[in-house]
Amino acid sequence: MPLIMGMSVLLACQFAGELLAQGLMLPIPGPVFGMVILLVALMIRGKVPSSLRLTGEGLLRYLTLLFVPAGVGLMVHFELIGADLWPIVLTLVGSTAVTLAVTAWVLSRLQRGARRGSAGSGDQP
Amino acid sequence: MNVASLDQLWVYLSGNPLLWLLTTLLVFTLAVRLNRAVGGTPLLHPVTLAIAMLIALLLLVDVEYQAYFEGAQFIHFLLGPATVALAIPLYDHRERVRRLLWPLLLACGAGIVTAVASTLGLAMLLGARSETLLSLAPRSVTSPIAMGIAEQIGGIPSLAAGLVLLTGSIGCALGPWIFRLLRITDPVVQGFTLGLAAHGFGTAHAFARLGAVAGAFSGLAMGLTGLLTAFLLPLITHLFGFG
Repeated sequence: MPLIMGMSVLLACQFAGELLAQGLMLPIPGPVFGMVILLVALMIRGKVPSSLRLTGEGLLRYLTLLFVPAGVGLMVHFELIGADLWPIVLTLVGSTAVTLAVTAWVLSRLQRGARRGSAGSGDQP
Repeated sequence: MNVASLDQLWVYLSGNPLLWLLTTLLVFTLAVRLNRAVGGTPLLHPVTLAIAMLIALLLLVDVEYQAYFEGAQFIHFLLGPATVALAIPLYDHRERVRRLLWPLLLACGAGIVTAVASTLGLAMLLGARSETLLSLAPRSVTSPIAMGIAEQIGGIPSLAAGLVLLTGSIGCALGPWIFRLLRITDPVVQGFTLGLAAHGFGTAHAFARLGAVAGAFSGLAMGLTGLLTAFLLPLITHLFGFG
């Protein structure tokens, strides 16, 4: 019954996360808190149970599929988007490109610095 | 033997959750095949392709989104446990995360400020209406968080959710070009960047295309960005003179 065990653990963490988010009245979704709870639990336990790994990695392999139903919901917003079509499209493309570039540049710069600081030169290729 | 007429059958089937659940799976499979057939280009990402085909199909047979979601919700529901499961790759790579903690946090802050400031700046420059503007602001955060934030700062939550999804597919399409331009090959940097700029879409893309390390850092970026943006965004929009 590894799938049932693994799924139960994931759902229990999500449930605890939902409770926490509701209880603290934060606009953060339960599953994100659930991820933090599971991470802390794994740190305490010191290893990933094989049943959990089987279920979790199975789900993550099909993560792209899971976004499709929500994505089809775009059809409901055609009118709202149509009212401001060009500003929206240009803003999304421009701003996403800038965000990708800045984040990648900052992280690769800082990471190189951290590597040099912690392990000298030639730690990793 | 009596045979039901076709339109009777259609009335029965189109109201049955099974039809749209099965259609979603089949269309997704078709989209993956098509993407592979054209050489796996990120411009025709399987998710974007599947969504476009499903919307076209629903408009063609005149079925409401609500009716479609009756069936597709079973797939949608798995997003919750899948998000929780992101803790597993994160745990596997905990040493690397710990070593890079400060660079990751700083890059995350820089990314969020860039995303929000460039979005508000560009949209204001191009003359978008203020509800649109405030719905655009949280666009690089995963949709449930974005909806909460949009409501808080005065945008339209459902529009924000739609814009989040568009951002995700645009991010996946632009990512590879930007990485090539900046000569970035490290899966840690690629994954983290995709997770920050394109949230769940980026994370899914990182897992599928770049491997488990990129996926782990992408999931980390998605969670971190969501948490930080929820606190930072009301402050930034205030600086721009809203709210």
